[in-house]
Amino acid sequence: MENSREANTQDVVVRTVDVAKQYGEGEAAVRALNGVTCEIYGGEYLSIMGPSGSGKSTLFNMIGGLDKPSEGSVFVNSVDIAELTARELAFLRCHTIGYIFQTFNLITVRTALENVTLPMLFAGTPPDEAEERGMELLDLVGLGHRYHHRPTELSGGQQQRVAIARSLANHPRIILADEPTGNLDLKTGQEIIDLLRLLNRDQNVTIISATHDHKMLDVSDRIFHIRDGKLAKIETKEEAIASGHAAA
Amino acid sequence: MSEPSARAQFKNVDPPFWVAWNQALASIRVRFFRQLITSVGIALGIAFYASMQTLRIAESSLTKDDTKMQWLVATSLLMCLVGVTNSMLMSVSERFREIGTIKCLGASDSFIVRVFFLEATILGATGSFAGATLGVGLSWIAARASGADVAFADCLGITLGATVIGMVMTVLAAVAPAIQAAKMPAAAALRVEV
Repeated sequence: MENSREANTQDVVVRTVDVAKQYGEGEAAVRALNGVTCEIYGGEYLSIMGPSGSGKSTLFNMIGGLDKPSEGSVFVNSVDIAELTARELAFLRCHTIGYIFQTFNLITVRTALENVTLPMLFAGTPPDEAEERGMELLDLVGLGHRYHHRPTELSGGQQQRVAIARSLANHPRIILADEPTGNLDLKTGQEIIDLLRLLNRDQNVTIISATHDHKMLDVSDRIFHIRDGKLAKIETKEEAIASGHAAA
Repeated sequence: MSEPSARAQFKNVDPPFWVAWNQALASIRVRFFRQLITSVGIALGIAFYASMQTLRIAESSLTKDDTKMQWLVATSLLMCLVGVTNSMLMSVSERFREIGTIKCLGASDSFIVRVFFLEATILGATGSFAGATLGVGLSWIAARASGADVAFADCLGITLGATVIGMVMTVLAAVAPAIQAAKMPAAAALRVEV
């Protein structure tokens, strides 16, 4: 482990080592992931692709500290997630990782601004400071004027923008986006992708996204292809474009 | 925008009490009708129990033998407990996803439980008190009409007792599934479909 860290000069934010995940026991056991070893670099835009049932979402949950692997280890910022207590895991989720979901998952009973400030309050930020940064972030995603609206009063694209602002609340190093455009129409989806790409460049935040949206692949620095619980192929942007041209 | 301070120190500060309080209030305010139905469910259960208890006292002032009424009171208490538990379990389990989301935002398990505790306390206190007053009041009128007398102190005692029982049940029935949900891996809580 130590050797590989020295050998790699790039900044590794997430590393998985032989990660496997099994659901259920005995005969009914399903192996969703079957030994995935990978490294994700700081500041890159990574897409994880794979058909449904390939283990894509499971790998995604492992990387985000939302679930613990049955075997193998996941390191986020060189910390083994399995060794963290519930409280430390909450801290990791609060400070290091921002989450964006296919179904937006805003807190329905709170306003857009309150949704963005909530993670900051969990981090112990004073309320007025949190509100100020919350407004800044809503302005950044172009929703400053709708800060007092509740999620039910916003369109899907707007909700996803709020979710993006919320994911940025505590200056995360990593943003995990689970099919962020899955519930959006083409044009809105493109806007969300452009916004993510912009944040990736401007704020140097690592974006890891599970997707089968091809618009998403065009902006990715690297693409992980997952098949049957294994990492089948790692494609760089150049390779993806080349193969895309070959196909066209 | 400043750099996050000391990322490597894994010490999580729980947010101040008002954050949980505001979240609980917002949840009651916005889901008012859903919560009202839950609360009415609690109130009716408690009203049934409180009225049976009051009638028992009225009966015993006339006949001295209240074994039959004790059975009825015990049954009504059981029904009321099941009713309250059912209402609360339903209203918490339809919010597992919200719990999963809040976990992703960095909430500690204790914060999640605290929000549900506060909500249940508010719902339980208002629902139980309304139910107890209603039950005792109606039974008192009925008892007076049939010539029995129930002392004011007894009425007060039953109202208080029923309110406390209702509150404790509501809180237990809400906090138990909330603890379960808070302890789940966030991915599992997010997957729950109701």
